[in-house]
Parts: sequence; structure tokens; C-alpha cells
Amino acid sequence: MTLLDFARGPAMQVAIFIFVLGIVWRLVGVWALRQKKDLSEARQKGAWIGGIKGLFAHAWPYKPFVPKVGAQYIVGYVIHLGLFIVLFFGTPHMLFFADIVNFTWWTLPGGVITFVALITTVALFIALAKRLVDPVQRLISNFDDYATWFVTTLPFLTGLATTANLWPHYETGLAIHLLSVWLLLIYFPFGKLMHSFWFVVSRYTTGSRFARRGGMA
Amino acid sequence: MSKTTTEMALDLDAKRLSVVEPGTRVDVQGDLSDEARVEKAMTNFVKDFGRVTATYMEACIHCGACAHACPFYEASGNPRHTPIWKLEPFKQAYKREAGPLAFFYKAFNLKKNVTLDELKEWQELLYDTCTMCGRCTLICPMSIDIATLVGMARHGMFHAGLVPHELYTVTEKAQREGSPLGATPQVFEDRVEWMGDEHEVDMHMNEDQADVLVLMSSIEIQKYPESMAATAKILNQMGKSWTFRTDGYEATNFGMLSGNTGWQKEMSMKVIGTAEKIGAKLVILPECGHAYQALRWQGANMYGKSLPFKIQHISEFLADAVDSGSIKLKPVNKSVAFHDPCQVSRRGGATQAPRKVLEALGVELIESKSGGSMNTCCGGGGGVITIHRADTLRYKVMGAKFRQLDETGAEMMVTSCSNCRQNFDDSSEKLNWDKQMNSLLELVADNLVEEAEK
Repeated sequence: MTLLDFARGPAMQVAIFIFVLGIVWRLVGVWALRQKKDLSEARQKGAWIGGIKGLFAHAWPYKPFVPKVGAQYIVGYVIHLGLFIVLFFGTPHMLFFADIVNFTWWTLPGGVITFVALITTVALFIALAKRLVDPVQRLISNFDDYATWFVTTLPFLTGLATTANLWPHYETGLAIHLLSVWLLLIYFPFGKLMHSFWFVVSRYTTGSRFARRGGMA
Repeated sequence: MSKTTTEMALDLDAKRLSVVEPGTRVDVQGDLSDEARVEKAMTNFVKDFGRVTATYMEACIHCGACAHACPFYEASGNPRHTPIWKLEPFKQAYKREAGPLAFFYKAFNLKKNVTLDELKEWQELLYDTCTMCGRCTLICPMSIDIATLVGMARHGMFHAGLVPHELYTVTEKAQREGSPLGATPQVFEDRVEWMGDEHEVDMHMNEDQADVLVLMSSIEIQKYPESMAATAKILNQMGKSWTFRTDGYEATNFGMLSGNTGWQKEMSMKVIGTAEKIGAKLVILPECGHAYQALRWQGANMYGKSLPFKIQHISEFLADAVDSGSIKLKPVNKSVAFHDPCQVSRRGGATQAPRKVLEALGVELIESKSGGSMNTCCGGGGGVITIHRADTLRYKVMGAKFRQLDETGAEMMVTSCSNCRQNFDDSSEKLNWDKQMNSLLELVADNLVEEAEK
């Protein structure tokens, strides 16, 4: 079995298994916790509307905070959108998913994907630099923050190296790229990459809690 | 290290001393062993880990944005004052003891046990540098309600005997005497009578039955007693059936602020019991931010069922009175900047009520930068104003607040929280601010169109 066979076979299966099981475990682990009902008289009905509003309200900072954290949000958006575009609109990635879901979709030209991947990688390095230099972020950072950065950046670096044909042996390079993605999947349920799910739950929770009070969140 | 005992007298007239480095002093209560303190803290931390708390614990991405909304971080520039960092031991306890991966963290010792030294270090962060104003939630991309989590973390700290000395002492005094500032039932009754005579207003005390039960905060009873006369004047004018009661008058709840849920419940139940006994349909809370939080939003949860009466902050009551035409007001003809008490506006939802009242007073309201529900905290809430070693930073926080209000160019400053007002008075003396913070309630009472004038 070559390294590529291993990456496409058992490594992928194990990674997906841990990814799915880990996510379910972590979500259920939190949702299974008890929660006392709020017995205070709500100021207004329809708290769930506030929850939905909360999902969007926090997608961009409120006006007074834009000068302070606007740039940080932009870097965050570049990373998230870049990840999304490369993952779903890169032709090799689409073909990989198409094998599983049995349908294909429109993709972007290779050059565009490479450009997006490069921009995203630069944004990831900017985010790391800020974490290392900014006194607040440096203080509050832990192993998970750096590990998350590492497992997110690695697939971009290995992917770019594969596209640019920088590996001495293409198939080994491709295998390394795949393995870096499986590493991301395996780490996903254990660290803050889970914010892909928690951001919805947390924003909705606060939005609905404060909507019933008529307050602002 | 100082030690709090219940025998130590609380001298509120003594000169307040503050220290430049608040972290140099840690207060402890009781004679628990080091292990027992950690055990108590952990047990009480874990009690609070419900679904909502867990969601917030899981959601943080360590972006540090919350620092930039925190008045304490903004004033000090100290990264330790980053709101989410104030929860570090609480988060550590969650990950190790309660989260879905707790077994994993514990088995491989990936999250270490919280130590007593850490808890002591965090005393300053959880009490001196957080008013639970909740502004950090506004900036958080995950919308984490850090203020509520700080309130929960204080539960563990209280039971571990790790509360700042002054806050503990006033809390214990409130529990023992019914008031944190010596406003015992007798003192309250005397001062109500005095204000009745002074302002020639009928006071209703200890009525057996009344539709409205009026509460007061110790700060008003002791420092701003005109509030009692102002409230009475308005209620009399409206022809309400109302009463003060010596068995349930204190609106402040230091059990909540210090972190003792048991005492919080007892303090709330005293008021709830009294309101039930007299058949009150409405309980009016005075100009006090945290009292609103304690009774309006946490009272029923303490009681264990829905409350059989309504609760209104005085500004909400006044707004309704103005709306319904029950009271008429003379125009004030001044420009006003309004300081929103965080617990009433942003976290309480009554942001528009004082604005309606101000409109009825005919003032030109000039909103400050980042006003209304986005309001910057004055730095005195959450019990912070009681802690002497926190004074230095509190004044810095207030300095920023003064600048913000000065920028409005308004002729008059108004708020609807006596604790904020007390902080403004204390800080303006210290920082030579040339303005005075006024009470919305007193402004209304002073400009009430009385029956004969109608």
C-alpha cells in the first residue's frame, strides 16, 4: 500500500469517523446538560426572533467597536470565506466530494483558487502574528489556539505545494496534503474549530435570552 | 493578606485608602484549609455548569475582542483585565470537571486542577475589575454573556471564602441587619418620617393592604433620602394605594453581588413575602440598577415560580404614568445627557423608559457617544464601589465616562441609579468634575404639576 493509498483509504475512514463521532459527542455532551427554565415574566414574546437576529447582529461589530476590531473581523472573514471557496469550489475538491455525493457542481478556475488560497494563507499568518504580538491575545492564548492555527494552515500550505508541483514526488505530496486534511478533521472535535457549530448556538442563546428582556446583546 | 471577620466594624466615614497595585492584597474569610477552599470553589463552580453556561464556555475563540469593550481594560490597558481572562479558573474547572471532554482532559491531565493561588489571584479580576455591565457581550463575535458567567464564578469564590473584605462585610451586614449600609427597619422608618415632615408629603408606612409596594435602596435611604419623598409625592398625586414596609423595603441584594445564592434568595424572599402578604399588584424598584436585575430578572427564579405581582423600575413606572397622562410635568427647558444604568438598560431592557420621561420633561436629550444600550459603565456597579483597593482604577474608568458626558455639551446630567449617582458624586469630588449627576425621579418630582395647578 502506497502512502497515497493509505491516505485515500484507512486514514480517511478513521479521520471521518473521529470527526463525525467527536462532533456528535461534543454537541450532545453540552445539550444533555440540565438547564433551569427562566421563570421571570418576559417583557415581550417571540424570544426566538431575537435569537435569529442575534445570529446576524454579531456577524459584524456594532459601530462604536468597528475602529477597534473591524480589521480583526476582516481577517477572520478572509480566512473563513477563503476556506469555504477553496474547499467547495476548487475542482479537485469538488471531484472528491462528487465521488461521495454522486453529483457535481460549478467550480472556479485553478488560478483563482490558487490566488484565494494564497490570500487565505497570508491572512492566517497575519492572525498568528497578531496572536503572538498583541498582549491581550498572547495572554489568553493556549495550546488549542496554536494547534488550531497549525492544523488549519497546513492543508493550505500542502495544497499550494501540490498545485505548484513543489513536491519531489507528486503522489507523495498529494498524500501529504490529504493527510494534513485528515489531521484537521481529527483535531476538529477536540478544539475551538468546533466554533463552526457553537457560534450559532451561542449567538442564538444570548439573542433570545436578551430579547425576552427587551435588552441588547 | 487581610482576614475578614464579622466582628470588624465597618466605618463608612473613614478616609478611603486605595493602593496602586490592587493585586497585592488578597482577602480571605473563615478558617477553611487550602484544600477545602479549592474544593468549595470547584463544587460551586460545577453547580453552575448548565447548558447555557457550557455553550458559552465552548464558544470562546480567544479573539480578545471583549477587552476593547471593557471599561476596566480600556482604562488600565492591562491584558489581565480582558473580560474572558477573568473567567480563566471557571473555564478551567468546566473543561476538567464538566465539559463533554472532561474525562479526556482529566485522564491525560491536559487541564490542571485550579489552585488556591490562582483563585486568590483571580479575586481582583472577578470582583474589583468587573461590574457585570455586559458591554463585552456586545463586541463578542460569539455573543458570550461574560457578565452572567462572572456572576456565577463569584458563587464559587464566596463559598471558598475569597471575597474582597469590604464587599464581604457589607454583604454580611445586609444579611444580619437587613441593609448593607445600616438602614435597619427602625432607621428606615425614622428617615421616611423625617422626609415626610421635611417635604410635607404623606408617607404610607406599614399599610396592611396596598396595591403598590415601594422599595428603596440603602444608598437612597442613607445618602439620597429625597428619593423617598419624591416617590411618595408622585404616588400620592396619582392617587395610588401604596406603602413602604419595614419588613420588606431593601431593594439592594448583596447576596447576588458577592456570590452567595442562599443569601440572595433570602433577600429576595423578604420582599416577595411582604408583597404577597399585603396583596401588592406591583412592586416598584427604586433607582438602583442591580436591584432591578436581582428582583425583576432573577426574583422569580429565586422564588421557584412565577411572581404573583408585576415588578417595575421606577423609570418604567414613571414612563407609564407619563404615557397614560396620570402625571403632568412642567418643562425643564435644559439640555440633558442621560447616563444609562447598565443593569436597567442594556441588561434590563428598560432603555426607552427614561427617554420617554425626559421627553415629557421637555428637555433636549443629547445622547453621548456610545449611549443608550451601548452605554459605557461608570465602573461602580457589581459591588466594585465598595472595594477600597479598586478605587484607583474605578476613578480612571469614571474619568473616561466624564469625558464622554462632557463631549455632549449638555447642561444637566441625569441618571436613574443611585449607585451610579453615588459613584459620580464620589468621583467628581476626586477628579474635580464640575458637574453634578441628578436623579431622574427627583427631577420628575420637582417638576410635577400638582392638582391645584392643573
